[in-house]
Amino acid sequence: AVWAAPFGLGRPALLEEIAAWDVKVMPDGRGLPEGRGDVETGDEVFGDQCAVCHGDFAEGVGNWPKLAGGWGTLDHDDPLKTVGSYWPYLSTLWDYVNRSMPFGNAQTLSPDEVYAIVAYILYSNNLVEDDFELSHENFMDVELPNAGGFIVDDRAETEYAIWHGEPCMENCKDTVEITMRARVLDVTPDDADSTATPEP
Amino acid sequence: MSELIKGKPTSRRAFLRGSVAAAAGAVAAGTAQAGTPDPLITEVQPWANGFGDGVDATPYGLPIQYESDVIRRNVEWLTADTTSSINFTPIHALDGTITPQGCAFERHHSGAIDLRKEDYRLMINGLVDTPLVFTYADLERFPRENHVYFCECAANTGMEWAGAQLNGAQFTHGMIHNMEYTGVPLRTLLEEAGLDVAGDLKDKWVYVEGADASSNGRSIPMAKALGDCLVAFKANGEALRKEHGYPVRLVVPGWEGNMWVKWLRRIEVTDAAVESREETSKYTDTLADGTSRKWTWVMDAKSIITSPSPQAPITHGTGPLVITGLAWSGHGAITRVDVSKDGGKTWETARLAKPGEAKALTRFYLDTTWDGEEMLLQSRAMDETGYIQPTKAQLREVRGENSIYHNNCIQTWWVRPNGEAENVEIS
Repeated sequence: AVWAAPFGLGRPALLEEIAAWDVKVMPDGRGLPEGRGDVETGDEVFGDQCAVCHGDFAEGVGNWPKLAGGWGTLDHDDPLKTVGSYWPYLSTLWDYVNRSMPFGNAQTLSPDEVYAIVAYILYSNNLVEDDFELSHENFMDVELPNAGGFIVDDRAETEYAIWHGEPCMENCKDTVEITMRARVLDVTPDDADSTATPEP
Repeated sequence: MSELIKGKPTSRRAFLRGSVAAAAGAVAAGTAQAGTPDPLITEVQPWANGFGDGVDATPYGLPIQYESDVIRRNVEWLTADTTSSINFTPIHALDGTITPQGCAFERHHSGAIDLRKEDYRLMINGLVDTPLVFTYADLERFPRENHVYFCECAANTGMEWAGAQLNGAQFTHGMIHNMEYTGVPLRTLLEEAGLDVAGDLKDKWVYVEGADASSNGRSIPMAKALGDCLVAFKANGEALRKEHGYPVRLVVPGWEGNMWVKWLRRIEVTDAAVESREETSKYTDTLADGTSRKWTWVMDAKSIITSPSPQAPITHGTGPLVITGLAWSGHGAITRVDVSKDGGKTWETARLAKPGEAKALTRFYLDTTWDGEEMLLQSRAMDETGYIQPTKAQLREVRGENSIYHNNCIQTWWVRPNGEAENVEIS
């Protein structure tokens, strides 16, 4: 009720301003600009703009993100999550590349370049043939493999009811044994190790 | 400054090594027979007879040099580049609940940007009656609120899913800070733009994004946006630090830190979630069967003993010991924290320094006596919904080990007879 009357602050946003900043793309394709790019062009642009970190085949260099591979590993011990193995929507790939890549030089790609890069990443994940062209017209024909792999947060049903009530205070278990030690793994930065050195 | 930072840990290590070596017999010396007069008392010290610094020496001060180990730390191997990375709050050395901004953790996806108030613009568009642009000065003219909230990275403790890995509370639990924010309710700004055109608000969302290259766009359901979200421009009394979103950030109480968009530049009312990179590729939690939870926004109840801990060993020998730590819950206030010294066989209820505040850090103390025996220290938080912080085994049973995010398990420190503590897992 306090908020009933506006304060008259701010000023109307102009269409040009909204167009400049609102570049999001929704899973249903809303927000995509007109344009097109094929795998071959994408290979070139990717080679120039992306491969130094993400590898010639989008397989990743060093610690930089892998964009391809890992198919079928999500239920493994160390799942490899890539566009092909994990991402649900192609819209996210287009949006993120367009908005935030290349790393350190974002918002420099044209829509056609983004379409081409996205086509190339699809190709790198064996999802399209090498003569594929992606455009605003056929964008929604592409479904990523893990589109059905997500569920909405279900902790309320699967967890909260279990970890609830009056907890054990006495005789909660018979034995306790140390099963793993961080010091044995020894990956904590040395210069931050202000702990005492153990005496032999 | 860098010299001090480099130098201090070494001398602290040397000091600790010395005191640990002497632990068995000499620890009581500090309090025992005062046969020899203490020269710190019997001789006039320089600070008691000369001048200290004048009031013009330090227009804006930093901590005294002897506290130079109370700093943010980076763990190099965690990420490919420091501009899309994380550092850690030195929670092992802090007390109370308010995090000093200068050592409060940072998480950026394309670095901490420099954005002047003069250059700042905030746009509200989408399903609103009038899309608006605000300057920074406009924001300061709306009615303000003050609230203390924790901001915990969704990945806090994430490196510990598969086992005991990093040796220190700063590293295992330091992707968190707790500040008093001043700002304008997000609701006020949305209603300034008008929500009539949005129709039924139940199925509407707001998409929020930052001014930095990474953008960090996230979708927030309208109920939360109209609830307790704040568009904040002050923290702990002063302007936000550059690295925390200067001049304006979003505060999303109780929810994962990723959604606390910094350098906030655009708020859009939408009819669906955008499913951006930060809510698909990242900040989704993979379960053992390969399916993944999305929109796991709330941070569940959690606690950590900050001292003793690997970076804060016991150096004073047996006798009175203060066991202290932090507890928090994204669901509301902390109502109780239990502490175990024997790895969870028995528990004692700790003392809360103040009654828990909703979605804010709560300090707890267990004032106890240490007999010099080894301890397996644990803390267990409970919140006002009755939720009890689970063990790592309990979490793994439901989720497996690949969730990355939302690890709120009970932490164990193994305190040895020489006073050292280590991050361990127990059966």
